[in-house]
Amino acid sequence: MGPRGELPAWVDLGLIPLLNLTVALLVAGLVVVIIGENPLEAMWIMLNGAVGSLKGWGYLLYYATNFVFTGLAVAVAFHAGLFNIGGEGQAYMAGVGAAAVGLGLEFLPWPIVIPLAILASMAVGAFWAWIPGILQAKRGSHIVITTIMFNFIAASLVGYLINYWFRPVGKMAVESREITGAYIMSFREVAREFFGVRVASSPLNFSVFLAIIAAFAVWYLLWRTKLGYEIRAFGANPSAAVYAGIKPDRIIIITMAISGALAGLMAVNEILGVQHRLVLGFVGGAGFVGIAVALMGRSHPVGIVLAALLFGLLYQGGSELSFAKPGINRDMIVVIQGLVILFMGALEYAFRPALAMLFFKAED
Amino acid sequence: MDLYAEIFASTIRMSVPLVLAALAGLWSERSGIVDIGLEGKMLAAAFIAASASAVYGSAWIGLFFAILVSVGLALVHGYASINQRGNQVVSGVAINMLAAGLAVVLGNTWFKEGGRTPSLPPAGRFMPLDIPGVSALADVPVLGFLAKVFLSHSIITYLAIILVVLTAWALSRTRFGLRLRAVGENPHAVDTAGISVAGLRYRAVIIAGVLCGLAGAFISTSLSSSFVRDMTAGGGFMALAALIFANWRPWRALFACLLFGFLQASGNYLQGVSVGGVQIPVQFINMLPYVLTVVLLAGFIGKSIPPKASGIPYTKDR
Repeated sequence: MGPRGELPAWVDLGLIPLLNLTVALLVAGLVVVIIGENPLEAMWIMLNGAVGSLKGWGYLLYYATNFVFTGLAVAVAFHAGLFNIGGEGQAYMAGVGAAAVGLGLEFLPWPIVIPLAILASMAVGAFWAWIPGILQAKRGSHIVITTIMFNFIAASLVGYLINYWFRPVGKMAVESREITGAYIMSFREVAREFFGVRVASSPLNFSVFLAIIAAFAVWYLLWRTKLGYEIRAFGANPSAAVYAGIKPDRIIIITMAISGALAGLMAVNEILGVQHRLVLGFVGGAGFVGIAVALMGRSHPVGIVLAALLFGLLYQGGSELSFAKPGINRDMIVVIQGLVILFMGALEYAFRPALAMLFFKAED
Repeated sequence: MDLYAEIFASTIRMSVPLVLAALAGLWSERSGIVDIGLEGKMLAAAFIAASASAVYGSAWIGLFFAILVSVGLALVHGYASINQRGNQVVSGVAINMLAAGLAVVLGNTWFKEGGRTPSLPPAGRFMPLDIPGVSALADVPVLGFLAKVFLSHSIITYLAIILVVLTAWALSRTRFGLRLRAVGENPHAVDTAGISVAGLRYRAVIIAGVLCGLAGAFISTSLSSSFVRDMTAGGGFMALAALIFANWRPWRALFACLLFGFLQASGNYLQGVSVGGVQIPVQFINMLPYVLTVVLLAGFIGKSIPPKASGIPYTKDR
């Protein structure tokens, strides 16, 4: 029996990911021990900070919204066998689209502007992934490298655009004017304005529903449409897909555009929902969290939503933790992210042979 | 004239970490292991070099630990990609994040300066070499200029140039180098000849680790005098770009890195300078290396051909 022998689905889809996650968290715990803190106490503070209060939940869901978008973006590309590392840049560029529409069409009523701004985010995000897609399909440039390069190009380009085009004359801070009319309301503002209720402050806004819609749409696309079938077939076996009449170029380009559009939605939450202006570096690594989320969620929308919630918890819990324990830096989350990607991605099958052996021994 | 000397000297300085990292990527990818983790290894090395140097007061001890840690990360990458046949890009991304996070978390614990390391005294840094007689040249017209450009560097800079020569020679003239290249093109053939694919690839990743260690130590203990978060600032990726630009060849990698280094250096010096009456925003100079690489990758100027087996885990035929 080879290391890739047949195991029941619950082992492959449930036990092994759980085991990998546990090991990743154990190693993270070890890091906490090394820096001289109590990992159990740290975990308790994180949990309490994230789910112990309404405010914590608000932040958790706000972070998770971002991660659902970027996670779906990575996952859709994964299904076609493409690794889109460019979510960070795609979301950053999309912010320009969101801000341009939000600021430029301010004179129109919000029910028109907001959908347009959302579409603009998706379009710009899609465009920024579409170019690497075209280059991969038509010129054979490796998607991993081009999307990395596009992250850096986006970082400079958006910096330039904010500095030279969006920044009001005489303003010191490198950011655009505030979007006053057409932004997406936070739950807090809705509660205050329409119900006269005060709720805990958090950036959670209506984009969270957009994330749920996006997750459902991705599921529908991948498992219920012809295009989704073609994407998955191409990802599973490109040469067989070609014999089945699937055009590789078309799949690569369309998949990348969809992936970029999903990453672009992250800008909707951040620019239209929270910042209400275009600011430098607003993506803040969410594009890379998407990789961890997609790997952890096994590229399935349900898994991605769950993984995004877990990372939302880590992010919110992590900030509370760094307040409560100055010894534990907020960057501990980045360490956990790295460990999750390592154990759930690169070392995905590390425990499988041993587990398979155990399993078959038990069966004999 | 002084400004030009300054820009050219700075070009060389900025190129050093790029050259070392590009060589690291070259060794790794020529053996068939894609290395997205150059950035992470450099960053970890930069952090450890500055930390160890701050604690032990010697740049050399800093360098030693930097190489140790960088090789450690390289071995994680090797284990994931060689033994576990995992996705090499995923492993590289993981290493980048681990390094970025751990450097700040540990730095904060050790030095309590929010992830910064203490500022190093000259003894803890690789300072420009004091070559006898060079200071006398300062006022000589041409020689002074050349001395300022070429003789104002630390030992690692000269080491980097030697390593380019060494890499070029080893890859084209030694048995080890030829086998290593073969394993990156056709591992099955190498395996059939009775040579260990895993062994060769492990040696390649370890070499990559050593080179990234040097690059990182250079950044924090020669270019700068302490570690600050994200201080490699994408240098690992720029090295990767240079490597593609150079078509995975050592000499060309040196020139690609010098070109990118020149863009970085001029970006720093030309801030706000206008060319022909038109002001060029620094952001455009900053993005030029990446744009050039994309254009090259697209095959509009020349053609880049990566090693055939790079990124593909090797499975023995049964």
